[in-house]
Amino acid sequence: MPADLLFEIGCEEIPAKMLARQLVDVPAFVAARLSAARLEHKGVRVLGTPRRLAVVVKQLADRQPDLHEEVVGPPVSAAFAPDGTLTKAGQGFAAKNGVAPESLQKKEVAGKKGQYVVAVRDVTGQDARALLPGLLAELAASIAWPKSQRWGWGETTFVRPVQWLVAIHGGEVVPLSWAGHTAGRHSRGHRFLSPGPVEIASAEGYVEALRAAHVVVDPEARKDLVQAELARLERETGLKVRRDDTLLGEVIHLGEYPVGVAGEFDPAFLGIPEEIVVTSMRNHQRYFAMEQTDGTLANRFATMMATVVKDPTVVTKGNQKVLASRLTDGKFFVSEDRKKSFDAWNAKLDSVVFQAKLGDKAKTIGDKVRRLEKIAAAIATFASLDAPQIELVKQAARVCKADLASLAVGEFPELQGVMGRHYAKDFGLSPEIAAAIDEHWWPKGQGAALPITPAGALLALADRMDTIVGCFAVGLAPSGSADPFGLRRAAIGVWQILLSRPDWSQLWTPLFASTREALSEQGVIVKDPGAIEEFFKGRLRGILTDDGLPAQEVDAALAQGFRDPVDARERARACTKLPREAREVFKRIANILDDAKAKNLPLAETVDTGVFQDVESRLWNAFSAEQATGSYPELIQSLVRIQPQVAAYFDKGGVMVMDPDPALRTNRLTMLSAIFDRYVKIADFRLLAGAA
Amino acid sequence: MYLQDLIFTLQSFWAKRGCVVEQPVDVEVGAGTFHPATFLRVLGPEPWNAAFAQFCRRPSDGRYGENPNRAGAYYQFQVGLKPSPLHVQDLYLDSLRAIGLDPAVHDIRFVEDDWESPTLGAWGLGWEVWCDGMEVTQFTYFQQAGGIDLMPVTAELTYGVERLAMYLQNVDNMYDLQWDKNVTYGQLRHPWEVEYSTYHFEELAADIAFRNFDTFEGECKRLLARAAGPLVLPAYEFCMKASHAFNSLDARGAISVTERQRFIGRVRAMAKACAETYVASRARLRFPLLPKHLQQAAVDAYDAAAEAGVNAGALAAARAVAPSAEEIAHAS
Repeated sequence: MPADLLFEIGCEEIPAKMLARQLVDVPAFVAARLSAARLEHKGVRVLGTPRRLAVVVKQLADRQPDLHEEVVGPPVSAAFAPDGTLTKAGQGFAAKNGVAPESLQKKEVAGKKGQYVVAVRDVTGQDARALLPGLLAELAASIAWPKSQRWGWGETTFVRPVQWLVAIHGGEVVPLSWAGHTAGRHSRGHRFLSPGPVEIASAEGYVEALRAAHVVVDPEARKDLVQAELARLERETGLKVRRDDTLLGEVIHLGEYPVGVAGEFDPAFLGIPEEIVVTSMRNHQRYFAMEQTDGTLANRFATMMATVVKDPTVVTKGNQKVLASRLTDGKFFVSEDRKKSFDAWNAKLDSVVFQAKLGDKAKTIGDKVRRLEKIAAAIATFASLDAPQIELVKQAARVCKADLASLAVGEFPELQGVMGRHYAKDFGLSPEIAAAIDEHWWPKGQGAALPITPAGALLALADRMDTIVGCFAVGLAPSGSADPFGLRRAAIGVWQILLSRPDWSQLWTPLFASTREALSEQGVIVKDPGAIEEFFKGRLRGILTDDGLPAQEVDAALAQGFRDPVDARERARACTKLPREAREVFKRIANILDDAKAKNLPLAETVDTGVFQDVESRLWNAFSAEQATGSYPELIQSLVRIQPQVAAYFDKGGVMVMDPDPALRTNRLTMLSAIFDRYVKIADFRLLAGAA
Repeated sequence: MYLQDLIFTLQSFWAKRGCVVEQPVDVEVGAGTFHPATFLRVLGPEPWNAAFAQFCRRPSDGRYGENPNRAGAYYQFQVGLKPSPLHVQDLYLDSLRAIGLDPAVHDIRFVEDDWESPTLGAWGLGWEVWCDGMEVTQFTYFQQAGGIDLMPVTAELTYGVERLAMYLQNVDNMYDLQWDKNVTYGQLRHPWEVEYSTYHFEELAADIAFRNFDTFEGECKRLLARAAGPLVLPAYEFCMKASHAFNSLDARGAISVTERQRFIGRVRAMAKACAETYVASRARLRFPLLPKHLQQAAVDAYDAAAEAGVNAGALAAARAVAPSAEEIAHAS
């Protein structure tokens, strides 16, 4: 009878992020293993806490189905010699499939001519009881962890030392040993609240049995519990918990039995930049910030204990003490930083290496900053900024990385730019420059905000292009899935910014050119600009297809130009309106013209209408009646209107383009070329036929 | 609980569980991990269980005695358990109970914190242990030291003595801690902090420290290459001294970012060479901390595998005795 399976690996505390990852990855992994083992089931569920990872398989079969398998081999003529004995190929086939040579059968095979050798295998399904011990042990050993360890004298590696195993199928213990432990039916309760073994009768009762032992093993239930606790703290304090889904995702995996407490800190700390306060709480302590109803930061925080204690105020006081010392540090960093200046920090950046391979004249962040000033100033003219605005961009460029040398950013690297914005105001720089410093790091991730100010956007473009071109120039292009310098993300950022600013959509070309120039002045020469262009094109393709445009349309549009992303997007969108018939006839024209070009056939200056046949005249008149220019959708509509005449031109009763008479041939090619040229700027029709 | 009683309690707790109570190393170190009782003893197949308080110097963290939580030197209480017992977390929690931190009263958690020392060529996995949100211990399963894979694995527990004492005595400033009933931490340590911050940040003669670094490195190499056989213990002492010279220069701001990596690489090269030489020398001594009847098997396995390198030899020696692990000393 099929029955539920439970396999629990008890473990010392698993890092929260790794646990979160396994909860997502392991179900498919287990399903694949079960399917390879031919054990049917009704679904895999993975549960876990910091101290355990558990797999529950619903209605797992108690045995494999019997297997009847027919494997088709070589043709009979190849498997048997004329004397009826098996050839080498025939023997090899039998051996490979583990069947006796005399059991090979000769059969007709659907879709093939002649007779083929067939190996017939009948395998009796094995009991799950026999399979599961090996399967589960191997499963445990093959879970992939980003980092794993050994312990004691053992050879086993796992994320942390394994402490116990529970394996139950249909109420029976699955007898297996792994990592120095023999599986049984005893799990363990909460380390402090219910120490000791917890007997698990069956997989069905697992969650409840642990719940009674102060372990909330279902991550969803734990998330609900944490949110309920946060809601309770909101009611008790009259404040709101500031939403932070990433932190929430981590906090639910920091304990088996979360209980909330709220603490407070000296309101004087609200005088330092809010980001320092929030980041100190979040990164070091995993506290949630709390805010007033109007969104301003309150001097309170919410945190989750991992246990029930006698007196929560003891724990609250302890946490407050730690936070006070963290915030004192943060305050110290900011007050020390405020005694410094952007110039002093910039001087330090001359000895901070950005990318060593760029060489001695270009490798430091200071060198990068000098490039950024040049690049941003150059593209600012193309972006139609006036002289005072350009001056502002240059000023912003000079200070945009300065805060990297500040103590605050040293402590909280993710506040790069954010602290620069604060310090720029402290140092008396204009709000525009302050904003540009911060925004030049934007977008900070997928779906994150794009730069708002022109100066911020120009610097964001220059910085990313500089990183990409520099890395490509010195052989650090991404390969496969490896992209250690985040170049793909950088290129996507460039496109997102350009796509969001239609006025700047032609900025890519001068951006690329001025970046290469700035790098070459520092001795970094791009040998293969085509590779960088292809790389950018690939990223734009990704953005457009992610937006829902069909890949074929995007490829066809990008083949005719990618440097203006707004234009390319419009062309790809226009292509989606093109019916199949139109695609096919235009692909045909493309092929004919390619063929003519390959043969070096000449074209004439003008089309001679005097030698036209009827079908040619009809096409030419239809074409000539169309507007020569227009928006892409208009051009597509125009193309659709003349499509029947193009089709007639090629159909029976049409003409032969490649006429033996060179004059006729040249005239026909000239006409097709004239028609083709008007539409081909939209897309490469060779890539478009076939779908729609 | 006075600070010195905290140390006494931990010492006696771990002594009862089979640890040698060592004394601090008499050379400047940045962490207890540099103590030969840790860095060298974790290598090879021999068991080793030790506990000791170590005075640690971190010149860059000096604050002229003005920061309540940070200082240019402080005390670590370090425990090394080799092999790591399966119940090491329970032993550790008992040690917290012994100093008055009861998990029924406090929120104790094991939060991921992997450890790596680029200068020692060492890394391990583990946690920082939180007590009510405060990190009170670094808990690490050593996987590699001096570039050598560790088998058996050592569990290293590093208690932050001042932090724990501040918590237990409920004071907000480390200098207000009572060392004993008469003397405060500040009375003992504050002048040192003021003078050494001034020294490291303002007075340290960089040219002398650079020369010292070169001298120590040269001595380390010379002693390891000695024709009559290496002197690994003095050589390792020079490695520790070079590391401290580097830390001092770093605090003085005398080392640029690019040079920094190079200096770290030089210390690591010393640590690695010492580690390899140490394992080889222990093999020559027949791994004396192993039970007598297992020594021959370990030495034979080492000799057979060491042609492929000390790392292979160390692993082979450990594997040869692992089946008899129950007969080898372990903390309990």
